[in-house]
Amino acid sequence: MSRKPRPVGTSRREILAAGAGALALIVARPARATPESMADAIKAFVGEAEVREGRVTLELPALVENGNSVPLTVKVDSPMTAQDHVKRIAVFNERNPQPNVALFYLNPRAGRALVSTRIRLGDSQNIVAIAQLSDGTFWSDKAELIVTLPACVES
Amino acid sequence: MNRVLKGFAQAAWFGGALSLAIPLALAESPLPERKSGFEFMSPESQATQQDDFSNPGMLWVAEGEALWNAKAGATGRSCAGCHGDAAVSMKGVAARYPVFFAESGRPIDLQSRINVCRKTNQDATPFPLESRELLALSAFLGKQSRGMPITTGEDKRLEPFRARGQELYEQRQGQLNFSCANCHDGNWGRKLASSVIPQSHPTGYPLYRLEWQSMGSLQRRLRNCMVGVRAEPYPYGSQEYVDLELFLMTRARGMPLETPAVRP
Amino acid sequence: MARALINVPAKAKRGDIIEIKALMSHPMETGYRTGPDGALVPRDIINRFICTYNGEEIFSADLFPAIAANPFFSFTTIAMESGRIAFRWIDDRGQAHLETAEIAVE
Ligand code: HEC
Ligand code: HEC
Repeated sequence: MSRKPRPVGTSRREILAAGAGALALIVARPARATPESMADAIKAFVGEAEVREGRVTLELPALVENGNSVPLTVKVDSPMTAQDHVKRIAVFNERNPQPNVALFYLNPRAGRALVSTRIRLGDSQNIVAIAQLSDGTFWSDKAELIVTLPACVES
Repeated sequence: MNRVLKGFAQAAWFGGALSLAIPLALAESPLPERKSGFEFMSPESQATQQDDFSNPGMLWVAEGEALWNAKAGATGRSCAGCHGDAAVSMKGVAARYPVFFAESGRPIDLQSRINVCRKTNQDATPFPLESRELLALSAFLGKQSRGMPITTGEDKRLEPFRARGQELYEQRQGQLNFSCANCHDGNWGRKLASSVIPQSHPTGYPLYRLEWQSMGSLQRRLRNCMVGVRAEPYPYGSQEYVDLELFLMTRARGMPLETPAVRP
Repeated sequence: MARALINVPAKAKRGDIIEIKALMSHPMETGYRTGPDGALVPRDIINRFICTYNGEEIFSADLFPAIAANPFFSFTTIAMESGRIAFRWIDDRGQAHLETAEIAVE
């Protein structure tokens, strides 16, 4: 399968793309190595700090019906007190034209570190969420999604 | 598999994967067997449709409400000026469209009926089909019937047009030579590319389709299906769409209206 | 930018954690998509979203073209005192759309 990055929301999608789509809609698998642009974007966010796995939960649907709108929720295990809270949550992807998806700014007034939105995924790829805590540590979670094309779309 | 796989290979896959046996007409199937497209969606898409603060179709409903209350045209009258509170005057209306329109001697769909009022009662330019405004007003009116059972087709004068719609539904067409019934009656529940084929009940229109990233009418949906079998779609506003809609809505009688629905 | 739908509970108990939802009508044009004429459709997205509670920022976001059309956010806040929760969406041209909701805290 061609794995070149593809623009999101492209109008050049062909109708009734058959083939792989007939098999399965989406499979969440352990993530693979991240391509360079995403690694660069992550570096711009975390600097030289170490990013640890854990505390962050990235929720994506078990089944992506259409890459134009994929519900995404990020939760961070944090008491959200003045002394100990999440300051920022960044979401990255590796195969959309740009590695950045969103950067959320939180503070203790949130009460809970819980954010939802809907994102676009032009192709199968890894999604990474990284939270920066008030103590300066960075925590992450990731998922790989397989996105296939829907039937009967306008050419 | 490669994305370049198109054309013949695709047509062959089509023919092989889907049974071409002549399906039982769903018109006869009792109510419990009829399934809305809603039931074929993922839990996430279902949740989006059911939460009014998450369902993007509600943005069009809100815009439709503003248009309902806005003065327009040479008469300077608003829809509300004549019809009052839509929750009262328009309750159940969308659930019985298309209706027989005596002036033209044919069935008329809700979008065109709105445009009749625009033209004759407001003396304003009709909204183009698929325009944001017409979709917004249709969604707003549809919302007034949400949850109500579809009642289309009681008027006996509609019968020849419904029958014509059924004929179109059963007729093979396009380079792939598929009828609507081949997919929607004979193969519903099976996968086509990444989509599950639904039963083609028009219970949620106009609706927000994720693929469109926008609201669209049933006509736009039917166009997509026609392009899908490589048939030349009818132009927007053509009688064929109204007849097809009349057939589909009559067949869906008793099912609750979902407008504004969400579909993949 | 045209219309927004926001969901803030009208009433809450002091100290309750409440969920806020915000939905905005916007195409979020990526700048990578070609139009019917084959030319690239210029980028036009909401790149910033800010929520304040009686003037103080409680949540904000920097947004990129990978956010879906008609952007939707949900997040939480602690009901502190009665007042106004304000929402601002800012697009690539610097235009802002403002919505507000009142909350009564007892
Ligand atoms: C090749 C198979 C195929 C044919 C032929 C076909 N459709 Fe479809 N149709 C689909 C699929 C697949 C979907 C769902 C697409 C999706 O959700 O992405 C669909 C969706 C629909 C829906 C939307 C139902 C809902 O829940 O909103 C309607 C209505 C419909 N089709 C009617 C028709 C009509 C009328 C025709 C004939 C003019 C037709 N279809 C021909 C495959 C087909
Ligand atoms: C000058 C008064 C007037 C205005 C303004 C007006 N209408 Fe009407 N409308 C009528 C009348 C009269 C009828 C016919 C009522 C009947 O058949 O019972 C009608 C019928 C309708 C119907 C069909 C109702 C049914 O039961 O089938 C719809 C839908 C409708 N109007 C929508 C609108 C919308 C939307 C607007 C604004 C864009 C609008 N109207 C503006 C007077 C008006």
